[in-house]
Amino acid sequence: MMEKLNTMVSTSSCSILAETQKRFKLSGEQFIEKILMLCAAISILAILLITLFIFSRGIPVILKTGLGNFLLNLEWAPTSGNFGIGAMFVGSLVVTFTALLWAVPLGLMTSIFMAEIAPPRIDKILGSLLELLAGIPSVVYGFFGLIVIVPFIREYLGGNGLSVLAGAIILGIMILPTIINISRDSIKAVPREYKEGSLALGATHYQTISRVLLPAARSGIITAIILGMGRAIGETMAVVMVTGNAAILPGNILSPVRTMTSNIVLEMGYATGDHQAALFATGTVLFILIVLLNFIANLASKAGRVNESN
Amino acid sequence: MLSIKSKPVIILILLGAIMAAAFTVSGCGQQDAANSSEKTDGAKLAGTLTIAGSTSVQPFSEVLAEKFMDNHPGVQINVQGGGSSQGVAAVISGAADIGSSSRDLKPEELEENLIETKLALDGVAIAVHPSNPVTNLSMEDVKNIYLGNITNWSEVGGKDGVITVVSREAGSGTRGAFEDIVMDKQEIAKEVIIQNSNGAVRTTVAGDKNAIGYLSLAMIDNQIKSLDIDGVKSNVDNIKAGTYKISRPFLYLTKNQPEGLAKAYLDFVLSDEGQAIIVEEGAISPQ
Repeated sequence: MMEKLNTMVSTSSCSILAETQKRFKLSGEQFIEKILMLCAAISILAILLITLFIFSRGIPVILKTGLGNFLLNLEWAPTSGNFGIGAMFVGSLVVTFTALLWAVPLGLMTSIFMAEIAPPRIDKILGSLLELLAGIPSVVYGFFGLIVIVPFIREYLGGNGLSVLAGAIILGIMILPTIINISRDSIKAVPREYKEGSLALGATHYQTISRVLLPAARSGIITAIILGMGRAIGETMAVVMVTGNAAILPGNILSPVRTMTSNIVLEMGYATGDHQAALFATGTVLFILIVLLNFIANLASKAGRVNESN
Repeated sequence: MLSIKSKPVIILILLGAIMAAAFTVSGCGQQDAANSSEKTDGAKLAGTLTIAGSTSVQPFSEVLAEKFMDNHPGVQINVQGGGSSQGVAAVISGAADIGSSSRDLKPEELEENLIETKLALDGVAIAVHPSNPVTNLSMEDVKNIYLGNITNWSEVGGKDGVITVVSREAGSGTRGAFEDIVMDKQEIAKEVIIQNSNGAVRTTVAGDKNAIGYLSLAMIDNQIKSLDIDGVKSNVDNIKAGTYKISRPFLYLTKNQPEGLAKAYLDFVLSDEGQAIIVEEGAISPQ
């Protein structure tokens, strides 16, 4: 009975049903697309709002102090109205470059080893160990630095241990995974024919690596270094714990130093009024620096792709 | 056929319904809270109270608030940090019912018709590594160490060794008290190590045998040694008597005379029960 009725209904209104079904399906698709678009819009909106907020809070103080004065003045005495982040600006760069100085050669050589020399099994083990290294929270690195590296420097190298060097050692370890992973991938991405051609011409394995593979992977390696640098400049917690945070120009590698990120995290708890705005201004400078570095990294990888296609 | 195709849509509609329900429920909750906070002056206390400000006072506020909420189940107290300056600003703006401060008010803050309630006194101890043979420093010596005029422990009767001077960040209440009492308006040298909490100062001093630092007396434990200043021990009795000079008040601030729930809470803090909690947590009762 029911079936009969059904067929009757379906034959009589078959075309209408199909029509509604089609329309309904379409609107469902569209609905989901709209939802996904909304999600994307929300995350973009969040970035825009944060940017807008940082700039709107930071820029007035920079204008009031004068951009040159704000960036170059070495006097940071916020409670008496002296806002110069010169020492911190230099501090961030010094700690970062000291970290790159040892982490880049080590990272690069490790990535060559993993991509070219190590058997696949070892490569895999090293890869997962690196993932582990990248997953450790920065406060743990900082604590390790404070308990192990700082006393070591104090004991064997002098000073009180809270220093540029301690910060650079910790930061170097923290950016190793970034440098190694990206360089390894770019070495592995070099077309097989390059290597085979080089070996066929009679070059040794080492000659092939240094004359063919590394130049071919250059843009990826540069990207790795720049991204590592960005991470080092932005790192905060570990640095605050081991660098001593004196707002002075570091005279040598054992001298205490304060980075821009440290400056913000150190003083935000008690800062009010112009002092707080000056911390936002420090954040603005950091923000621009990081965006600039990412932009350069993008350019480098694009340039590399153009080279390859030629 | 139809039901399978339209499954995602149904899920989305369901999700929407759940979210809508959640909104209505939370809306109701807020309304309830708003209603109950008006019934503060009845026999049974109810409502919400917000305390914000000094991070030095915060741990005391948390314990006191917990006990107060146990005694009055209808009361909800929110304790927030932010720093002394934030606490003063919050109570002036009305963002907090009670502001807390670990320093005396600045002249410009005093004009804002704020009422102070002194809930405790806290000493600021000058601390060194336990192995340091120095046990006593004059206030003048401490000042000269922080000015950078004295740089070696041998100058103040200790073993040869460059002093690692540890200070707090600009704006800190502890640093404010130290600057007012010890530094006498002179600037702390720029080369000193800066740490941004009492705990970080303690860890740094505990790890360096040549270090000196200042921190809340309540934070002194066996990892570090607190020095006598001008021959006076840094203990509760000497701070109460005023012979140990480096101390500061813990203040609760209200706009105008406290009333209702705020008054009940402040009365509790000043009661024997409240003051016993303060002493237990390591500060000094002002009474």
